Amino acid sequence: MDLVKLQRQLVDYRDSLYHECFLDEQFTQLQELQDENNPDFVVEVVSLFFEDSERLLNELTKALEQQSIDFKRVDAHVHQLKGSSSSIGAQRVQKSCIAFRNYCEEQNVEGCLTCLQLVRQEYYLVKSKLEALFKLEQQILSAGGSIPI
Amino acid sequence: MGMAADSEFHVLAVDDSIIDRKLIERLLKTSSYQVTTVDSGSKALEFLGLHEDDRIHQNTPSVSPNNHQWRLQEVEVNLVITDYCMPGMTGYDLLKKIKESSSLKNIPVVIMSSENVPSRISRCLEEGAEEFFLKPVRLSDLSKLRPHLLKTKSKDHCKEQVDEKPAFPSPKQEGKEEQQQSKNNKRKAMEEGVSPERTRPRPNGITSMV
Repeated sequence: MDLVKLQRQLVDYRDSLYHECFLDEQFTQLQELQDENNPDFVVEVVSLFFEDSERLLNELTKALEQQSIDFKRVDAHVHQLKGSSSSIGAQRVQKSCIAFRNYCEEQNVEGCLTCLQLVRQEYYLVKSKLEALFKLEQQILSAGGSIPI
Repeated sequence: MGMAADSEFHVLAVDDSIIDRKLIERLLKTSSYQVTTVDSGSKALEFLGLHEDDRIHQNTPSVSPNNHQWRLQEVEVNLVITDYCMPGMTGYDLLKKIKESSSLKNIPVVIMSSENVPSRISRCLEEGAEEFFLKPVRLSDLSKLRPHLLKTKSKDHCKEQVDEKPAFPSPKQEGKEEQQQSKNNKRKAMEEGVSPERTRPRPNGITSMV
């Protein structure tokens, strides 16, 4: 595929991610912190987010499977996930955590389980979108081009 | 980017989130500060040389019997920036301990939090925090650190505890505009501005993302 076409594809794809609120302004901030001296910063932070989120989702699943649910613990995990998704600009994940926290406060098991499902869905969605974005970026760089703003 | 002179300032960043630690480290380094990150309040106090019995080992001329690999004899911390919500010791607890310590109380402390709770903000400011940043923290927030750091430098210089204005005007490090926020309710500054050009020429061997 030619370079210009790839670049256009990337811009369109990236724009759609913002438009559909998968990503917000904070992701742009991350990109602005990347430079020649730290060329992999965004990928590194996002990778940390992936690892951390999957850990938290596992913890949440386990915590909600307990006979006697420790809602404070569940809330603490959701709070962490909310924070980290906010830090990388994963807006839909962040927003899905807000409802989750409300159910924790109400100690509503069903609500929590539904939210967990939703958060997990949103997480895997944004993960695949970001992976696709990074793949496009790599293709452009491999073709000797630069990433358009 | 950033002024070379700022590398004389060493900031200790405290956050239990690995993502946020990486972020704050990049933000601080982009602003040309030296950075150390730790993941808890107790590690922060250890690094600052404050032990439970309040004996200070920081800056003592003789080598203290510590086996911490990162402890340098003359490590000096010019500012502490800490997350509020951390398991165990919160950022507020850490702030209190620093302000209660005779040797550490002059170190400016900044609190970060993902939650905008006015009572939390005032509590921290009353306890002596210089700034309260809402997360996610941005580069424009960090430009607010400079006056506090310069104040400590001129204090060290005079060896007096005089509440004076910074000797040097704080230059704009980035070309972005900021709005002034009221002192009692320190929030993130809104920023306007155009994103800089982002070209990333890379060498041929590109590592794929995990």
